[in-house]
Amino acid sequence: MSWLLPAVVAIPVLGAGLTVLVGRRLLLQRLITVASVGFVLVAAVLLLISADSGSPQVAQIGGWTAPAGITLVADRFAAIVLTVSAAMLVVVLVYAMSQLGRDALDWWFHAKYLVLTAGVALSLVTGDLFNLFVGFEIMLIASYVLLTVRAQQDEVRATMSYVVINLVASSLFLVAIAFVYTTTGTLNLADLSRELAAVDPAIRSGLGLLMLVVFGIKAAIFPLFMWLPDSYPTAPTPVTAVFAGLLTKVGVFVIIRTQTLLFSQEGPSDLLLFVAGATMVVGVLGAIAQNDIKRILSFHIVSQIGYMIMGLGFLSIAGLAAAILYITHHIVVKTGLFLVGGLVEAEHGTGALDRIGGVLHRRPVIAAMFLPLALSLAGIPPFSGFVAKLSLLQEGIALDRWLIVAVSLAVGLLTLFSMTKIWGGVFWGERTEAQGHASGGMVGATALVVALSVSVALFAGPIAGLAERAASDLLDPAIYSGLVLGGR
Amino acid sequence: MSLVTLAVAAVLFAVGTYLILQRMLSRVIIGLGLLSHGANLLIMLAGSGPASPPVLGVGSSSGSIADPLPQAMVLTAIVITFGITAFLLALALRSYLLTGSDAVEDDIEDRRVRRAHRPDGDESAEASAGATS
Repeated sequence: MSWLLPAVVAIPVLGAGLTVLVGRRLLLQRLITVASVGFVLVAAVLLLISADSGSPQVAQIGGWTAPAGITLVADRFAAIVLTVSAAMLVVVLVYAMSQLGRDALDWWFHAKYLVLTAGVALSLVTGDLFNLFVGFEIMLIASYVLLTVRAQQDEVRATMSYVVINLVASSLFLVAIAFVYTTTGTLNLADLSRELAAVDPAIRSGLGLLMLVVFGIKAAIFPLFMWLPDSYPTAPTPVTAVFAGLLTKVGVFVIIRTQTLLFSQEGPSDLLLFVAGATMVVGVLGAIAQNDIKRILSFHIVSQIGYMIMGLGFLSIAGLAAAILYITHHIVVKTGLFLVGGLVEAEHGTGALDRIGGVLHRRPVIAAMFLPLALSLAGIPPFSGFVAKLSLLQEGIALDRWLIVAVSLAVGLLTLFSMTKIWGGVFWGERTEAQGHASGGMVGATALVVALSVSVALFAGPIAGLAERAASDLLDPAIYSGLVLGGR
Repeated sequence: MSLVTLAVAAVLFAVGTYLILQRMLSRVIIGLGLLSHGANLLIMLAGSGPASPPVLGVGSSSGSIADPLPQAMVLTAIVITFGITAFLLALALRSYLLTGSDAVEDDIEDRRVRRAHRPDGDESAEASAGATS
């Protein structure tokens, strides 16, 4: 079954080529795209089942054994994130295909979307530092093109800074790769976790910090987040939704992977906890100052990243399990919120709070979908965000980290405040007339995300158990390196 | 020899960083190119020195064989940077055609802050200032 690992990357790339080959036959393009993304979802679920039943899949490309060849690994952590990401990719694809009129897809959307899928999948399953760079670049190049679909002035301006910042980060990544290679003579993550343990601690923490900066730019943590709230809101809704749900989370995934596997340390990390707290506070304060649905939600991405880094900062099984749970919940909820924002924009032509009102009375179904997602984001019981936040807080209290606990509670309150701001501005108030219409497919896709978010809360027990098993794998680097290198 | 390469990499980083901080898009793009050249040189340097070639079965003759892995990596990185630079140039051209200037535009937040601190709140002066800067 290990052939599934290269397939989750290769099938979307092949699909992308095919959609270009079939030219302007829309039905064929759609079929190929749905089949490819659907395949990734099915493969991800199979990989997750396989990983959780104690036999995680490992593929050595070209048959070269581990430190020399390229390794692909789907351990529990990678399989969980891949499954949730693939599910969101499928749903957003349905939403994108249902868009009408001005927002209807251009001919090349499918190819770009599939390349993005391949990039996300490769970044998640790769077991090699340089291959990770390639995965990131595939993902980013697709995202650059998706951001500039309409090539309007605002999009060009936002994409310009997005590309420049990401290219600087990629250059830094190359520098980090050069340093790691000079120090250890290997780039295989499993091999590195063994080699780096023997390296001088000063050099090791230097490399760890450099990687934290590189992936921190991709994950938009404090103080490297400035590019995000500016570039995301200008893109079309499905693009923003998928970026918001997936791209920064891939960055967080890699931060967690490298900090636990390569640069693990004993006990909570003060640096990570400080970064987590600052990210939360700055993000939520930025959100409160905004006056547009998508811009508010974009700042909330930053704020929520803080919670995931907080879970990592505890560097304990319960903390990491909470972080994994938070990532799972966040990918679903954030994608859903942006889709709801897109529905409002599709009907009113704007996302500015002061120019919309009364959506609750005109389209109660949109309001009904917004409410559980918004409450979940703020961490109100019984929604999924509550489950994730509760486990974070419990661990914080258990470790006597009262400051970060207090900060995260306060940020939760401010999150609720800015959600009520959207609610008051968009759903209550004077009724404004619609200029467009959100199609049934768009509403249906959004409803599916809401259902998924609610089911994360319903099945919180099993999911938390899975997250805990994944976390205990993460905390013991020997498990990962044993998986890839065998019992050497 | 490798000290010279290291110095060249350092100069490339310095010049690249300086150019990225400029307001002209064309300079920013040249700066990015230089920066990634610096990173590529560093990877080439990583191949010499303590790292032993990871080619299977050459353990004894490693003294006479160059490590092929950094070269393969640099080749990949060059291709990727080439693609992105081409894309950036197209984007810069589009930006020039849309705004008539080569400068980096202020982001929405910056414009809002500047407007909030303008005592008379003159929107037309703001607009013309934005177009010429």
